[in-house]
Amino acid sequence: MSGRVEGKVAFVTGAARNQGRSHALRLAQEGADIIAVDLCEPVKSIEMYPPATEEDLAETARLVEELDRRILTTKADVRDADALQAAVDAGVAELGRLDIVCANAGVFEIQPALELTDAAWREMIDINLTGVWNTCRAALPHLVAGGRGGSIVITSSTAGLKGTPNTVHYTAAKHGVVGIMRTIANEFAPHSIRCNTVHPTGVDTIMIQNEKTWGLFDPDNPHPTRESAAPVFESTNALPVPWVEPIDISNAILFLASDEARYVTGVTLPVDAGYTVK
Amino acid sequence: MGKLEGKVALVTGAARGQGRSHALRLAEEGADIIAVDICAQVDTVAYPMSSRADLDETVAEVEKLDRRIVAHVADVRDEKALNAAVADGVAALGGVDIVLANAGIASIGVAEDGNEAAVFRTLIDINLTGVWNTVHAAAPTMIEQGRGGAIVLTSSTQGLTGRGGDGSASMDGYCAAKHGVVGLMRTFAHWLAPHDIRVNSVHPTGVNTPMIVNPVVESFLAGSADVGDALANLMDVPVIEARDVSNAIAWLVSDEGRYVTGTTLPVDAGFTVR
Repeated sequence: MSGRVEGKVAFVTGAARNQGRSHALRLAQEGADIIAVDLCEPVKSIEMYPPATEEDLAETARLVEELDRRILTTKADVRDADALQAAVDAGVAELGRLDIVCANAGVFEIQPALELTDAAWREMIDINLTGVWNTCRAALPHLVAGGRGGSIVITSSTAGLKGTPNTVHYTAAKHGVVGIMRTIANEFAPHSIRCNTVHPTGVDTIMIQNEKTWGLFDPDNPHPTRESAAPVFESTNALPVPWVEPIDISNAILFLASDEARYVTGVTLPVDAGYTVK
Repeated sequence: MGKLEGKVALVTGAARGQGRSHALRLAEEGADIIAVDICAQVDTVAYPMSSRADLDETVAEVEKLDRRIVAHVADVRDEKALNAAVADGVAALGGVDIVLANAGIASIGVAEDGNEAAVFRTLIDINLTGVWNTVHAAAPTMIEQGRGGAIVLTSSTQGLTGRGGDGSASMDGYCAAKHGVVGLMRTFAHWLAPHDIRVNSVHPTGVNTPMIVNPVVESFLAGSADVGDALANLMDVPVIEARDVSNAIAWLVSDEGRYVTGTTLPVDAGFTVR
């Protein structure tokens, strides 16, 4: 049986691990070749979980190749527009085309608003908002030139639809990408290029599974754990689950990227166990 | 193996158009179908409505896919008839896991003079109260079964925007009912989440079905350049196909959408973002 994105090429940022790796693998399973980038380095103001590594990115490549799909990986920072452009250009040269973009790279940090430094604010906006724009800008000329349309999926968050305390920089950036999505949907519809956002609730990755995040959810506990935080995470969702898995976001992105969604554009799609409706 | 193997889906308005397309798409993925349709004309509707022969055709096409189907003629306004149809389907097919509240009408082009209240009220009765009746006909069984489930309410771009509003009872009633469906979706999502039953709405732009592609609607759209422009899509397609809505629904109700609930999903070629 032919895959749902057979013969297409997808550009995935933040592809070394977690959601990004999951998206690359899910799309590859359904027949896509992959252009993958990741920073693979620490970000100064992100202290609550360790960064992805070059070994992680190499592992993503190995797993995609195991599925008999091609992948080109580049260590690149979404803040560096030139590096990103070079990575996409090289990927298209090697793999022949571009059809799908997953603007997934992002960071998360918890900080009370008045304790946030200027540098931390700027770093968050640079990565989670400007990085998304850099990703789209590097990819759009290839999508237009291909003349076959395309599908861009930007990873926002429930924090792109709703405010929560202690995340002002993250929430601002995640709301901002909705504006990027809505503009691109309008501006590039004549080229049959679709653009949508996905809005995950907490996803079971190291970005939320760390002591600082557990502490935010379980503030009275001096030694919060995954187990102690889980019921509080669950109380924020409507469905009786504490968090979702990377594959759940990948399945939504696969739907949006495929021809099954050929007339879905300009949409903010929550994959959030009912977080935003609660 | 299909994504919906072993599941039973209730589909209202299943005789033709989007409803038939949904029934077939879900059957392709392995679901058995409980089909309901009014198979009669409503006198505030200007285009010809479905017939028993249409419903029979849906039955034949589902059976061709080697799936079971139980079909009943019932009006979604008639709570008793609807409950009886669902109960019969549940008994025959072993439960119900999926509900597609799809039945709906449009009253564009109907003569309103002196008849505005009836036009408005009938739109609310079928397109809003009919959805409420449909979900309440199935949800108690779904809760009792304890195997979760998924419900999709068919709203419209007119459930998210009032673009094209012209003060007619047909536009007012349709827009109000389709917005109301979003309210039902959100309250149902809360009610049913503890039972692992998900509830979402889909918001199609104009779909290539007898409700939209007919001489009455065509002359309405041609009547004024303003209306035509107001109701145009962002993407370069005049109408989408029923299959496009079915594909979105098939994804929402499958395990691939297992944590998607409480969402309004446009399938609208960019109509609402325009």
